[in-house]
Amino acid sequence: MAGYTAVTAEDLAIMLDAIGVGSIEELFDAIPAGVRLDRPIDLPPGEPEQAVYAELRRLAQRNVSAEDEITFLGAGMYDHYVPSIIDMLMSRSEFLTPYTPYQPEVSQGGLQVMFEYQTAISELTGLPVSNASLYEGPSAVAAAAYLAKLVNGRPRVLVGRGVHPHSRATLETLAVGYGTEVVEIGLDDGVTDLDALHDALSDDVSAVIVQQPNFLGALEDVQAIADAAREHGAVTVCAADPLTLGVLEAPGNQGVDVCVGEGQSLGNRLDFGGPSFGFFAATEKHIRSMPGRIAGETTDVDGRRGFVLTLQTREQHIRRERATSNICTSQALNALAGVVYLSWLGRRGIVELGELMLQRAHYARETLAALDGVGKLHDRPVVREFALRLDADVDRVLERCAAAGVNAGYALGRSYDEYADGLLVAITEQRSRADIDRLADVLGAAVAAERAGAAAEVAV
Amino acid sequence: MSTSDGAQTSQQRERATTIFEKGAPGRRAFRAPDLDVPQVDGLIPEAQRRAQPPRLPEVGEPEIVRHYVNLSKRNFDLDSGFYPLGSCTMKHNPRLHERVAALPGHARLHPLQDPRRAQGALELMFDLQQSLAEIAGLPHVSLQPSAGSHGELAGVLLTRAYHGDRGEQRTKVLAPDSSHGTNPATVTMAGYELVKVALDRAGGVDVDDLRAKADESVACLMLTNPSTLGIFDPNIEQIADIVHGVGATLYYDGANLNAIMGYSRPGDMGFDIVHFNLHKTFTQPHGGGGPGAGPIAVSDRIEPYLPRPQVVRRESENGGRPTFDLDDGGRGDSKSIGRLRGFQGNYGVFVRTYAYIRSLGGEGLQDVSEVSVLNANYLLARLREKVGDRLPLAFGERCMHEFVLSGAPIKKELGIRTLDLAKRLLDHGFHPPTVYFPLVVDEALLIEPTETETRETLDAFADAIAQIVAEAEEDPQIARNAPYTTPVRRLDEAGAAKRPRVRQEL
Repeated sequence: MAGYTAVTAEDLAIMLDAIGVGSIEELFDAIPAGVRLDRPIDLPPGEPEQAVYAELRRLAQRNVSAEDEITFLGAGMYDHYVPSIIDMLMSRSEFLTPYTPYQPEVSQGGLQVMFEYQTAISELTGLPVSNASLYEGPSAVAAAAYLAKLVNGRPRVLVGRGVHPHSRATLETLAVGYGTEVVEIGLDDGVTDLDALHDALSDDVSAVIVQQPNFLGALEDVQAIADAAREHGAVTVCAADPLTLGVLEAPGNQGVDVCVGEGQSLGNRLDFGGPSFGFFAATEKHIRSMPGRIAGETTDVDGRRGFVLTLQTREQHIRRERATSNICTSQALNALAGVVYLSWLGRRGIVELGELMLQRAHYARETLAALDGVGKLHDRPVVREFALRLDADVDRVLERCAAAGVNAGYALGRSYDEYADGLLVAITEQRSRADIDRLADVLGAAVAAERAGAAAEVAV
Repeated sequence: MSTSDGAQTSQQRERATTIFEKGAPGRRAFRAPDLDVPQVDGLIPEAQRRAQPPRLPEVGEPEIVRHYVNLSKRNFDLDSGFYPLGSCTMKHNPRLHERVAALPGHARLHPLQDPRRAQGALELMFDLQQSLAEIAGLPHVSLQPSAGSHGELAGVLLTRAYHGDRGEQRTKVLAPDSSHGTNPATVTMAGYELVKVALDRAGGVDVDDLRAKADESVACLMLTNPSTLGIFDPNIEQIADIVHGVGATLYYDGANLNAIMGYSRPGDMGFDIVHFNLHKTFTQPHGGGGPGAGPIAVSDRIEPYLPRPQVVRRESENGGRPTFDLDDGGRGDSKSIGRLRGFQGNYGVFVRTYAYIRSLGGEGLQDVSEVSVLNANYLLARLREKVGDRLPLAFGERCMHEFVLSGAPIKKELGIRTLDLAKRLLDHGFHPPTVYFPLVVDEALLIEPTETETRETLDAFADAIAQIVAEAEEDPQIARNAPYTTPVRRLDEAGAAKRPRVRQEL
């Protein structure tokens, strides 16, 4: 047994004596006999540290990670490079082990990190107010719809079909609770169908939710969508990819009221889906309806600059059933990684990185679409990710690519019946031209082999 | 932090400057890989192209490292000192967990990797589900929720789905006055009306009040047991009978699970739905406010509604090893409430929890609860002996893993509030307990020492409290103006809320 307790026999005697009981078991006397566990917990016995390490290593080796193959898989989380300073700073005890900063006098480090993070998110999104993080992207989308509900009380939200399928699903789940109807707006040639949006808009619509770039990688006309929403007094919510915001216009400059999104691409590991963080930024007028922690600047009794959790009367621990959200623990450490990453990337770096993704994604898209049996699913501008159509069974093509050490991307049929032939390909800065050329070789061969196989089957 | 005045370094006391106020134009840390493809202009339409790049900092790596390392020194942390924050279970965070979570096979695994090439991760998640089911005494687990409050929301939505499936439209959820704020906030988000249940004189649920309020309009009772008063409710069987008697579900807030492992299980008490705080009982580091994870365990009758996807094990047909898969419930007639978030949950947290459970085993988990309860009772005994008159125990004689003292006497007799006591503790190098919660106790001080503290630490903490009370007998002003040794002193929170400044002006 490798526990972390430290009671010696002598300690125990002294402690029991001080308490005035004869045994530890006596301390559990309050638990009625009828609800007692009358046997030991049925789990394997504890093991020494080295054995547990070996077990976790065994499990890790049964996974094919981005370290083991050339991966073009994205669809919401991306294999960007995480700089070494992030590992170092995230593992510092002073950031890793404190609780939420309830005692600001001894939490200035964490609180200032939140303040800096909020500044960075405000800059990226072009919106003046950011909270200190939510759980992750899709639940942040649902939180934005809840803010709209609190703000205008209307019964319906419109969500573009280009919004991440997990975000739409999460929204559906949570909207059942607060009684909002979710209506989907279809896609037209890869982007939200503006005519359908206009038809669906009315003064009953609480919010319009769009994603930029959308799940198919396409750039949406965010300004046009926000303009349409505003005509009906609806809140415009944009789920943005933060790492594209060096080259794409800030949502706040395009009429967006609330900008949310998945923060993983900002210095966070893939971690099979989490922990990462969700960000949430809004216009000034929504500050008192925001969910989650917000750090604010103030001064101490000696006039020194300092930071506190502010506007806490929005929050569950003060306002209870009248809170703007139930969130308590969120993702502070992951948000720290986010702001360190953005500082590391810097004012020029975020543009350069965006430009590099743009150019390589363009090269990859044109190269792959030129292959026999491969075409573009849409012709819209893209930044990091794009959608293709294959004239072959996508799952079987992916299987062939995987056998050649290449993860060619995400089979769109997993989420969209209408794109059963679709393949979503992501190009991060970690994928070089040589990697893209390798993908072209492998994908081209896989599609050709599948088409030949399909032709042979038909012939038989 | 030192125990004497004036020990802070100049770094800790110098005026705070943010990373946005540092650096100079042209400084940088990131170097982009070379452009190795032909440059093409005009890929983004002018209207979509960003006109003004975001004004991020311009700093080099040394400056970033120094900035954040110096910032870190302005934090109190669990590795440096005692952190008896009640209801938060601030126990030691084993470093093995960080090492194994960082293995590339876990850390660089994409969440949408083909399940056939993520067998290690799915096996880990499946095993963790099984372990948590055993600990909860409830057979079905979803790992998806991201934190306790997210688990609560899942639980109340499951309740809604359960009643809805039976054709019932119930409107109320019950919770006692002592509940965590997340409970009532969750009730509202899930579209129910909160009805408060009174406490009896012993700090448990007032069974008569519960009986009066429990009717067919009630969907659920949310309960923490042991409660936030550190008391195991002796009437739990009766409570469960009343709730089930009107067809409602019983929800267990698992924040205080650390107290009872090996002695009782929520399932055995009659609960239908439980959430775990992996960042409390199971040592996921708190990170200054997350990440955490809030898996839920449920009874058979709730199982059909669990969130999807769900990790499942498929036995091999030819006697080979089983395989693991993600079951998304299909697209047809599933009764699942659906997704609560993207992907499969906070897997990195699951890796740490798995490592913890493997390290301790069933026997070790029982030891955790035994020592956490022993430590709490010992600290309570020491405090009663030293300051029992000034800081009496709010309810009962003994406690489970935490206890609540009332600061009402020191407020009345010495003129210092619980807040002042807490701030003075900072000067002694201790993180204060939770203050002003639970709300049902006047000037509450909620103390949870956890099992990973030594007797010496508990003694030193009791001595510090006694010293502060003795000091206040002489001169209460000292505590009222505390702290003195921290990087900043008391901050103007009202001013911050009045005119919020929530970002650096650039």
